[in-house]
Amino acid sequence: MKHVTTLNKANLKETAKHGGCGECQTTVANQKC
Amino acid sequence: MIHKYRQLGFNIVLDIYSGAVHVVDDIVYDMLDYISEPFTPAEKCPAEIAEAMKDRYTESEIGEAYGEICSLAGLGQLFSPDTYEAIAKHWNKQSVVKALCLHVAHDCNLRCKYCFADTGEFHGGRSLMSAEVGKKAIDFVIENSGSRKNIEIDYFGGEPLMNFGVVKEITEYAKEQGKKHGKNFRFTITTNGILLNDDIKQYVNENMSNIVLSIDGTRETNDRVRYRVDGSGSYDTIVPKFQDIAESRDQTNYYVRGTFTAYNTDFAKDVIHLADLGFKQTSVEPVVAPETEDYALTEKHIDEVCAEYDKLTDEFVKRWSEGRGFNFFHFMIDLDQGPCAIKRLSGCGAGHEYLAVTPDGDIYPCHQFVGNEKFKMGNVFDGMIDEDIKNTFERSNIYTKEKCRGCFAKFYCSGGCSANAYNFNGDINKPYELACEFEKKRVECAIAIEAYKKLK
Repeated sequence: MKHVTTLNKANLKETAKHGGCGECQTTVANQKC
Repeated sequence: MIHKYRQLGFNIVLDIYSGAVHVVDDIVYDMLDYISEPFTPAEKCPAEIAEAMKDRYTESEIGEAYGEICSLAGLGQLFSPDTYEAIAKHWNKQSVVKALCLHVAHDCNLRCKYCFADTGEFHGGRSLMSAEVGKKAIDFVIENSGSRKNIEIDYFGGEPLMNFGVVKEITEYAKEQGKKHGKNFRFTITTNGILLNDDIKQYVNENMSNIVLSIDGTRETNDRVRYRVDGSGSYDTIVPKFQDIAESRDQTNYYVRGTFTAYNTDFAKDVIHLADLGFKQTSVEPVVAPETEDYALTEKHIDEVCAEYDKLTDEFVKRWSEGRGFNFFHFMIDLDQGPCAIKRLSGCGAGHEYLAVTPDGDIYPCHQFVGNEKFKMGNVFDGMIDEDIKNTFERSNIYTKEKCRGCFAKFYCSGGCSANAYNFNGDINKPYELACEFEKKRVECAIAIEAYKKLK
């Protein structure tokens, strides 16, 4: 695209389907999965 | 829902429900002002939009930009619909306990002015945890962690180094029990550093996956609020010890962690000072205090605190581009591999996945609730916790918080701190507004920094 650069894979909705395994450690966004 | 803002010379557009982050040119940025949701792409740019923009851009530019907006919408990366509310509506999270905050000392050798722990006592008198209580807490978390393999134990206080013998006993017991029950324990500790010595450093480095070192910034900033019982400051004692332990851990797996107050709303200089002392892992965070305290941050400080985050952002990327960057906890966002949507919906886990244990073995939803009898959930010797309190926290998510619904940052902050919500608004589902304002600003800064790193 000429006018837009997308910085990430934007897969938040996908993670709602397979996410929630609960193995992550206990602001939340600076955590890693 | 989208959110757009300008920072570090970028036009940034966030698509909230897909998580997409876009950097766009001026024409797309301006055009988004004329588009409302729900967005239905048209064959060509609607006449009213073209008319409104014709003085600034050519007809072909307008058509091209509109086409790209439609393409992004088609890919589900712009104006994407909310599909999470349905998940939240049928929320039936069955949590296991995966972390404990062990208050090994309700006592402290400092008298920090802003201490939420009432200078270490937590409103209940000075006391130390016994090894017996600590071991019982380990048994408790093993029994209540279900099939989860990783368990985290955080040693907290007060000042945990005032009871380090017990810290070691609990750690060794947990490792031994972990082997027996197929659990992998990870340990962390928070300290003011006064009692740090070579023996403690060695044990911490061999056993703790993270250490949080409390220091607020420059000598003047730190010693104004972090002082001993006799009033003398802590800076000169702790700085060499912190530099030593940070180096001994190869500048990883630790944070120097400060608090800024109304006394230093110009806190960027304190963060930079910590970086100049050689610390690569930093965190300096706003004090949370009743408005009646003279050091409390209030609504009147919002603009200057946000301006300071901008200032810190500018210096942060400058140093990064010069090859002398450092990490700042609240500017760390992983745009590609952040937490899953379920984690983002549910937040920190306090009250169901994360619990705090007092020196007497009493259990609370987290360290911030300790001392509030209304939230006492049980005792490690009972082996049971109050299911009503647990359910209250377990059911809470960003869709049970009315204020979060329209907020662009909800999937980044996950609804904020329950204790702050309760303490300021009397309800864990009513977020503390001041923290919201600061969090929104930090999210904007953090994403702008990611854009800078990827595009510059």
